[in-house]
Amino acid sequence: MKIPDLSELAVRNLRESVLRNSLTTVGISVGVASLVAMLSLGTGLQQMFTRRLEKSGLFNTVVVSSRRDARGMGSDNDPNPAESRVLDEPARREMEKLPNVAEAYPDIRFRTDLHFEGKLHSTVVSALPQSAKSNDAFDGMQGSFFSSDTAPEAILQKSFAEELSGMKPVPGDPEPNTADLARPLLGKEITLLYAQREAAAQPPLRPSDAGSSDSVAGTEYSVISREQKLKIVGVCDLDPESMRGMMRGRLFVPQKLAESLHVMGAADLRELSHAGDEPVYGSISVRVKDPSKVNGVEDAIKKMGFSTFSILDASRSLQQVFKVLFAFLGIFGSLALTVASIGIVNTLVMAILERRREIGIMKAIGASDADVKKLFFAEAGAMGILGGIVGLVFGWAIGQIINFGTNIYLRRQSIPPEHFWAVPWWLAVGAVLFAVIVSLVSGLYPASRAARLDPVQALRYE
Amino acid sequence: MTTAPTIYAARETVAIRSENLCRHYRMGETVIRAVDGVSLDVRAGEFVALLGSSGSGKSSMLNLIAGLDRPTSGSVVVRERDLAKLSREELAKYRLHVVGMVFQSFNLIPSMTVAENVELPLRFAEVERGRRESLALEALDRVGLRARIAHRPTELSGGEQQRAALARALINRPQLLLADEPTGNLDSHTGIEIMDLIREFNQHLGMTVVMVTHERALAERYAQRMISLADGRLVDDRPHTPHAPGGAREARP
Ligand SMILES: Nc1ncnc2c1ncn2[C@@H]1O[C@H](COP(=O)(O)OP(=O)(O)O)[C@@H](O)[C@H]1O
Ligand SMILES: [Mg+2]
Repeated sequence: MKIPDLSELAVRNLRESVLRNSLTTVGISVGVASLVAMLSLGTGLQQMFTRRLEKSGLFNTVVVSSRRDARGMGSDNDPNPAESRVLDEPARREMEKLPNVAEAYPDIRFRTDLHFEGKLHSTVVSALPQSAKSNDAFDGMQGSFFSSDTAPEAILQKSFAEELSGMKPVPGDPEPNTADLARPLLGKEITLLYAQREAAAQPPLRPSDAGSSDSVAGTEYSVISREQKLKIVGVCDLDPESMRGMMRGRLFVPQKLAESLHVMGAADLRELSHAGDEPVYGSISVRVKDPSKVNGVEDAIKKMGFSTFSILDASRSLQQVFKVLFAFLGIFGSLALTVASIGIVNTLVMAILERRREIGIMKAIGASDADVKKLFFAEAGAMGILGGIVGLVFGWAIGQIINFGTNIYLRRQSIPPEHFWAVPWWLAVGAVLFAVIVSLVSGLYPASRAARLDPVQALRYE
Repeated sequence: MTTAPTIYAARETVAIRSENLCRHYRMGETVIRAVDGVSLDVRAGEFVALLGSSGSGKSSMLNLIAGLDRPTSGSVVVRERDLAKLSREELAKYRLHVVGMVFQSFNLIPSMTVAENVELPLRFAEVERGRRESLALEALDRVGLRARIAHRPTELSGGEQQRAALARALINRPQLLLADEPTGNLDSHTGIEIMDLIREFNQHLGMTVVMVTHERALAERYAQRMISLADGRLVDDRPHTPHAPGGAREARP
């Protein structure tokens, strides 16, 4: 029989016993719905995490340090000292010219004292390039990002803002609201007290607020105490440098401003032999245009003679975790569909008993075994398609409801709403296809049983 | 349609030949010999009545000729096809193209309309839709049922249902019409209408007819040959001149 005829007869037969067939179809739908619900939850969570991590800038950043430092830290990098290079400005420019590199900027990060409303505090200052603005740590931020890369402005990390305003939370008490915390601080001024490195050969330029000059024993550097006034423009809730560990910044300043301060850092002491106008950096952050290009960039920088570190390896193990989660969700989802397949077998076997005579008639007037088999197959397939599509809609709706409900909860907790729910096209197509395949497999036994039916027996009883 | 010389030529050929045909059913210890060593020839174009009391093996014999069942031993050859040697697939093709069947209980499919029932064999033969519809109309015209085309079998009288079944048996233009007590569920008047149609198929379409019946009167009225079975054995086989007017009497020399 031809396919249009088959499907027409199949649909007709399904309509003949509507109740039983729709119950079976509902069974398939529930199976598909649970499968879709489970897997779209998995997909959604994965997409959410990937989105977050990508936004955090951690995935497309390679941190470069000098091999000399790395050796001291017991790194397993190539120990050949001939290949190691000084991490200076020419090196930075070279990195910036590598393919797929968006920018390379020195990591400026120093511990310093500062004055705020007459009190002395101490914290780690860290420089941020303008590109960090898209970092999701600044999504829920109070105030605004730096107005320019050289503006004398500062963003406070929440915990430091608490310290400055004397609102350190007592454990157990509810955390102060970032907005309440930021209101009295925004627009106020803090004064950094830091040590500036300066080439001795040049007469030190004296800014208005210059301090005393100090010379490091017998070198070309002098160290001068300086002050820099900064306006507080923002307080950020999350920690944009959560992966930095010990040297986490709690006060952020614009990148170019930080560079112009020439703060004396540890590298300067070690690189005394390397004199000149060009600064030497402790580490450089290289931002790669696309997370998938990180490996290539890392290799290129290693060839230049530097040590590198990227978080991409960490992301790989996260992907592994998601694969396992996926498999689990998939298995649970499929279980319901398996149960539904028993329903299909049952329905079709019942249909054979009921339609014994009809099968006998069809054979008597010339239907082949294959015709009868195909007809039952078509019925199973039609139930699969119908159940699959209805189940897909169900599953999608369940997901929407869960997402909606959770977001109401999140909003109450004043957490920005999230999309942790996604039904990608391959999941939609795959779920319906899977339902059809499961239905056809369930139809195998009933179909061949119907095909083998003896027409003489089937027609004997009135 | 078929012309007289073709019918004449067909009469010379053997349509059905059975040799020592047996169909035995095993029921535990006992063996039921439903058909027990029947040998007979049916010439093309003949109208044969298969007579016998209930349980004498008439239906079993007919099912063997129809290729619905396989012999336990012996052979049945229809138009040079040894049915015992055909595969299941080939038997289905044989039933589809060579045989048309009607039954006592009509055996229409209740979920389909009359037209759909009639064209069902054409679906198995993979005839395309447009042609199917016109062939079904033609067949329904021939049995005078065109007006009931969109009805379901349950909405028809017994006689109308049997007409529909005849149209279905006719649609693939089979060489052989096998009828198992076609008037068994009909009153005598309606039965005669059906029998007239069957005789028309026999005479004007050149179909060989084998009709099972236990009504001797009906057989005498239409059949050219009466074969009697008892306990699965052939007990009587005689040519006969049908009594019905306008029928085979004139056709016979
Ligand atoms: N499938 C079967 N299994 C067992 N016995 C059967 C079967 N079909 C027919 N018979 C037996 O074979 C004999 C002949 O049956 P059947 O051909 O139907 O007779 P008829 O059509 O002449 O009434 C009967 O005794 C019947 O009980
Ligand atoms: Mg019978």
